[in-house]
Amino acid sequence: METTTTYVLLGTDGRLTDDPAARDVTPELCRDLYRDMVLARRVDSEAYHLQRQGELGLWLQSLGQEAAQVGSIRAIRDSDPVFPSYRDHAAALCRGIGPEALLAQWRGVRQSGWDPAEHRFGVYTLVLGAQLLHAVGYAMGVQRDGSDDVVLAYFGDGSSSEGEANEAFNWAATVHAPVVFFCQNNQWAISTPTGRQFGAPLHRRAAGFGLATELVDGNDVLGVHAATRRAVEAVRRGGGPALIEATTYRMAGHSTSDDPTRYRTAAELDHWRARDPVDRLRALLDDRGWADGAFLADLDAEADALGAETRRACRALPDPDPTAMFDHVLPGGSPTVDRQRDAYAAYLASFEDAVEEAR
Amino acid sequence: MTTTLSRAITTALHHALESDPSVLVMGQDVGALGGVFRVTDGLQKDFGPERVVDTPIAEAGIVGTAIGLAQRGYRPVCEIQFDGFVYPAFNQITSQLAKIHARTAGRITLPVVIRIPVSGGIGAVEHHSESNEAYFAHTAGLRVVTAATPQDAHWLLRQAIESEDPVVFFEPKCRYWSKGEVADEPDLPLDAARVVRPGTDLTLLTWGSMVETCLAAAAAAEEEGHDLEVVDLRSLSPMDVDALTAAVDRTGRAVVVHEAPTFGGLGGEVAATLAERCFDRLEAPVRRVGGFDVPYPAARLEAHYRPDLDRVLDAVDRTLAY
Repeated sequence: METTTTYVLLGTDGRLTDDPAARDVTPELCRDLYRDMVLARRVDSEAYHLQRQGELGLWLQSLGQEAAQVGSIRAIRDSDPVFPSYRDHAAALCRGIGPEALLAQWRGVRQSGWDPAEHRFGVYTLVLGAQLLHAVGYAMGVQRDGSDDVVLAYFGDGSSSEGEANEAFNWAATVHAPVVFFCQNNQWAISTPTGRQFGAPLHRRAAGFGLATELVDGNDVLGVHAATRRAVEAVRRGGGPALIEATTYRMAGHSTSDDPTRYRTAAELDHWRARDPVDRLRALLDDRGWADGAFLADLDAEADALGAETRRACRALPDPDPTAMFDHVLPGGSPTVDRQRDAYAAYLASFEDAVEEAR
Repeated sequence: MTTTLSRAITTALHHALESDPSVLVMGQDVGALGGVFRVTDGLQKDFGPERVVDTPIAEAGIVGTAIGLAQRGYRPVCEIQFDGFVYPAFNQITSQLAKIHARTAGRITLPVVIRIPVSGGIGAVEHHSESNEAYFAHTAGLRVVTAATPQDAHWLLRQAIESEDPVVFFEPKCRYWSKGEVADEPDLPLDAARVVRPGTDLTLLTWGSMVETCLAAAAAAEEEGHDLEVVDLRSLSPMDVDALTAAVDRTGRAVVVHEAPTFGGLGGEVAATLAERCFDRLEAPVRRVGGFDVPYPAARLEAHYRPDLDRVLDAVDRTLAY
């Protein structure tokens, strides 16, 4: 089979390649992306430990995928709408979604934690691939409004097998929708490796649908940033939808309920640990002398503060009122739901009354 | 043999794979991982990846290819990873699997089993706790069964796999780790209800995740001098209506308890059936206790959403006092 070249700007040796985009790499950009990744990794790590302490019901780690997320979301405008999947914590943090909002769903106190309109960042979609069609529809609205927004939609290698994902690719190409599909190919869909997920690489399949595609090293934050910026600019100019496949690795289990030792080797993990996206950018910063001691010390302190805030905010999330589940079933309300809320509130009150009477 | 409900399913699958070379197990992560609930643990090791098949993440694909495999003479047992993930396969189940036998004037039979972990009670995130049996029971051409004990899980699944009919097999995930006896023989056919506790004052009609709750309610009611019968429907379609009417003949009062939302839930079907068939023997209206008509809530509220002992007893008290 014909092979596609993987786009790389920052090599695994921590050095910039001779790609023309290297000219656009500034110390400031590198420091900003490094900061985003370090902070995201800290929140992810804190959340993992909070789950282990019983403070969260479940957590799905973004560990290892920081470059794919940070590089892509920092390449679009803050006003460009994003339709995430469910492991996109680093991207969410870049959009100003704080630990409390991020953790609420996983603590089980709410079904989602943030206002999509405020952050231009949708709520997580746990049913795989469904958000890709939403992104296309949203992009169709963008077309009709005459706006130059570009919609970014995140998904994974496993999701790409769903019928809805393929409907979204085809649909977007058909209507020339201003959308960039961004696949974080992290090699594993729970226990299923990409080799048993698809017969041809996703970026090639996408090209068959008529999308402009690019394969990029997903652990190269500068390469992801440059490739996404190119793709988004082309889409914004009216070039039609694009798909980026970013090759990365899910360093943790699928979730805190998963046991990846049942299906993958320590050697594979070591291979990817050596390609860590944060370490790679740090090597460049050190090599060029772009991050001085004050910057690194400030970042350490900022990460510590964010970690502390993550722990505090998580534990402070209150249990919801029992009748909260009756809210928001239908925007116009429902007499069925109203009756059930009233009856259940009265039922709960009857226990309080019984306790009072017993005193 | 004493075992867990989950293990009783594993051994049923093992037996089916061993005794019939046309049986296949297929689904997401069912191979090396053994399924997210470890229900298929060890099967791929014993029977190989051609018979215990890790599929791409494509629920329509799992059921659609199972239909093709069945037409080729295989007996696929599909696993859908969670209740809320079955909907991409809804077209294949309701328009294809359920109707091909009738559409071909009986020329094609599709002995496909679709196993679905169902209902809540495990503190899961959204789409992982739904009780969606009514969608499937509403579709002609499917059998819909559910098991509340290891004995029923083991034998209902073996009977489902041996059946020529398409079967949707619901496994209450909060009961996966509960233990019980599995006998060497089935003691009931696939479509029979089971009286799990005899009683004379009122019958609790229930299934799946709520059987244990109803037994606990019956035990509590006994302390207050009420003798409750508990019937596990097991087969939701077809429904063992003779067992339901026989129960009302004995007790004259019935409460239906299920975890699914009450509106449009199968409790309504049970109540209507009883009203039609034994109106004159009923001492009170048939009450329903179910989940509320809201999206399954965040985990911290699920104890309020799911019927519990107190809500069952509240309905029992009202029915006895009628």
